[in-house]
Amino acid sequence: MGKGIAITGMGIISAIGNNVEENYRSLIDGKKGISRISKIDTVHKDALMVGEIDFTNQELEQFLELGGSHNYSRSALLGAFAAKQAVSNANITHINSYKTGLVSATTVGGMDKTEQYYYEYFENKEVQKYIEGHHAGDSTQKIAEQLGLHGSLVTTISTACSSAANAILLGARLLKAGKLDRVIVGGTDGLSKFTLNGFKTLMIQSDTYNTPFDENRKGLNLGEAAAFLVLESDEVVQKENKEVLAYVKGWGNANDAFHQTASSDHGDGATLAMQKALKVAGSKSNEIDYINAHGTATPNNDLSEGRAFLRVFGDTVPDFSSTKAYTGHTLAAAGGVEAVFSVLALQHNVIFPNLNFKNPMQEFHLTPQTELKKKKLHTVLSNSLGFGGNCSTLIFSKEA
Amino acid sequence: MEALKEELKSKIIEQLNLEDVSVDEIADDDPLFGDGLGLDSIDALELIVMLDKDYGIKLADPKEGKKIFESVGTMADYITQHKTK
Amino acid sequence: MKPVYINSVASISAQRTFDNSVFLDEITEYTDNVIRVIDPNYKEFIPPAAARRMAKGIKMGVAASKIALNEANLENVDAIITGTGLGCIADSEKFVSKIIDDNEEYLTPTSFIQSTHNTVAGQIALSIKCKGYNFTYVHSSVSFESALLDAKLQLEYDEAQNILVGGVDELADHHIKIHKLVDHIKADVVNSKELLESNTEGAVFGEGASFFVLSNKKSDHTYAQVLDVATYNSFSKQELQSALESFLQENSLEISDIDIVAMGNNGDIGYDGYYDALSHGVLKNTAQTYYKHLCGEFNTASSFGAWMAAKMIRTQHIPEAIKLNGMEPSKIGTVLLYNQYRGENHSFVLLRGC
Repeated sequence: MGKGIAITGMGIISAIGNNVEENYRSLIDGKKGISRISKIDTVHKDALMVGEIDFTNQELEQFLELGGSHNYSRSALLGAFAAKQAVSNANITHINSYKTGLVSATTVGGMDKTEQYYYEYFENKEVQKYIEGHHAGDSTQKIAEQLGLHGSLVTTISTACSSAANAILLGARLLKAGKLDRVIVGGTDGLSKFTLNGFKTLMIQSDTYNTPFDENRKGLNLGEAAAFLVLESDEVVQKENKEVLAYVKGWGNANDAFHQTASSDHGDGATLAMQKALKVAGSKSNEIDYINAHGTATPNNDLSEGRAFLRVFGDTVPDFSSTKAYTGHTLAAAGGVEAVFSVLALQHNVIFPNLNFKNPMQEFHLTPQTELKKKKLHTVLSNSLGFGGNCSTLIFSKEA
Repeated sequence: MEALKEELKSKIIEQLNLEDVSVDEIADDDPLFGDGLGLDSIDALELIVMLDKDYGIKLADPKEGKKIFESVGTMADYITQHKTK
Repeated sequence: MKPVYINSVASISAQRTFDNSVFLDEITEYTDNVIRVIDPNYKEFIPPAAARRMAKGIKMGVAASKIALNEANLENVDAIITGTGLGCIADSEKFVSKIIDDNEEYLTPTSFIQSTHNTVAGQIALSIKCKGYNFTYVHSSVSFESALLDAKLQLEYDEAQNILVGGVDELADHHIKIHKLVDHIKADVVNSKELLESNTEGAVFGEGASFFVLSNKKSDHTYAQVLDVATYNSFSKQELQSALESFLQENSLEISDIDIVAMGNNGDIGYDGYYDALSHGVLKNTAQTYYKHLCGEFNTASSFGAWMAAKMIRTQHIPEAIKLNGMEPSKIGTVLLYNQYRGENHSFVLLRGC
């Protein structure tokens, strides 16, 4: 089916590690990155748990050798850090030697600085530089600059929790259509008071460790992360004799059109997204070896997603797990983080456990994979379902 | 009690931006959700904040709201029993 | 690959553009540094129960999408793709200021929900029950062009037949105040007719929503064909000219094939030089038009430009108010749009009559 979309590089920073190797280690060792809030000054410190990244902004600035005066938000810092890893992992030395683009995703953008200096802008000229850093596209522009992209197709997607999955989806389509030879795709979201309080108003955050697909799940833990993939066309792979980590084989996006925030009870959007992705991949549902679920551990998501599994896969739902118990829900970055995890699963033939699961949900008898499982994997499906009904599915495979 | 009910009605209209509804149009036992006023889960979250802010009642689980917000009457009963301010 | 057509248009702007039966016949002049839209009667488009939780940006987006759907005689589409630089920023401001003012207490969900960028596309989907592809691009001045490019790809490959594409951004108080602090908004008011002669830094800020039904089937209402869309994160003024030439070359066109260029000049002496590089350079002998004196500057102002270009092709008429160099082509066949904001995020869009 058409052109192969090769993944030739990956980069990630999350609550369970500052690079791909560290993330893999944590996944294998069952080491979660959920803790109390230490880097944000919020009154909810003791009421919430989150997936925070170890590095402070200052440390990230040093890694990026920013120096002097700059106006990077945390999302921009994390994004540049992970995207640079991905490009170096793909052994790219001359970024503009092929027609290269960047599609990033974010929901908070520069909101961390906006909430910090909202009133101070009027009194302190020093901080006014952050005004231009507020809009979502700013972090992407900075990542492009850090990567040395010039005169290139650079854009940003913001579709809540499915944002990075949609960035990967667009990147794959741009390559397939021959608009680009190479594209860096993913997402970045730093934690902010804005999102912590926003999700608090929705009353879907857990005050303890999140427990995806468990009957007694209390909600999600927010997390922060950035993760990027390098996608390259067959031509580039051949010419440069590239090592291919995996292929993006299928993609699908649909809208629940049900409610402003909640998913439909029967998972219409998720069902449609999975069906579309299977169709694009030319795969049958029984060819899926593992599902990296969206599995946020909110009552609504896990029920809706579980029902969608039953609708798409019938009685033979493949092994599935949510890795949100490790990283927290990293919002716009989640689709990128879980794409990296899906590729790691394929590379190492392993299914990562769904931590913290105890009891199956009353509504159905779906039990996620709770132990690390070695299994020959060919094809992995990853879901990202969001706010505003936005549902996306990606299918990754060892073969084109 | 009657005063509280009237107060709640105007607060609901204001907080939920129900421009086309007036206080007289809401009966004490009209269902607020579904067929009645047609409120939804986001409105329920708005009402939970109202309970906290104006009456010092904290709900930990949005599901608890379901019974409380059945009508203006049930809301007034609950508030009378549980208010802390 | 299938051709891609603009089958309907809709615009809510600082001009009376929501009425598709006219085309800038009467111009509303402004002497200000911030200009707001002329609102249609939103009640005609949105039921009160739905409207009660809608931010201005959502109302503009939903109303514009209804106008576009009506004109295309469609009740639904296969996909909804929007561009917005800032989303419903008034609600973002409301939520942030409440976090600070009330020390993170008594916050309510509505303004948080509205502040997510994809809320306009989500609400349009809800209002017409569209379960198809739903995307939102948020990349400054190429937000709309990214949406256009995405739609074009899907239609060319016949992955969809009708797609609703739009650009929407709203004004908000804090946003205006802080952009005045850094001179992104002009310090002094300026009359819209004199925008390009203001000789000062910054722009006149505006807002608006322009939506289109794009299709790979031509209809009786077809305005124009979308030949190509390209966006570029950065350029020097020197590179611009050759970039335009290679963009045209890819479409087997030359400068002389362009009947009209519609440019995004906003009167900012810091950055209008980019437009000058083309209008005094390779496009010197091309009929030039501009539009930001009518709609103001905002991240998706170029969607107003696309609306204007489609209207020019359909009516074969250049309204007096948008003429920049007074030239008039014998016919309006091919229109080029060029836009950038503060020297970044450049775009070329090519439309052609059919």
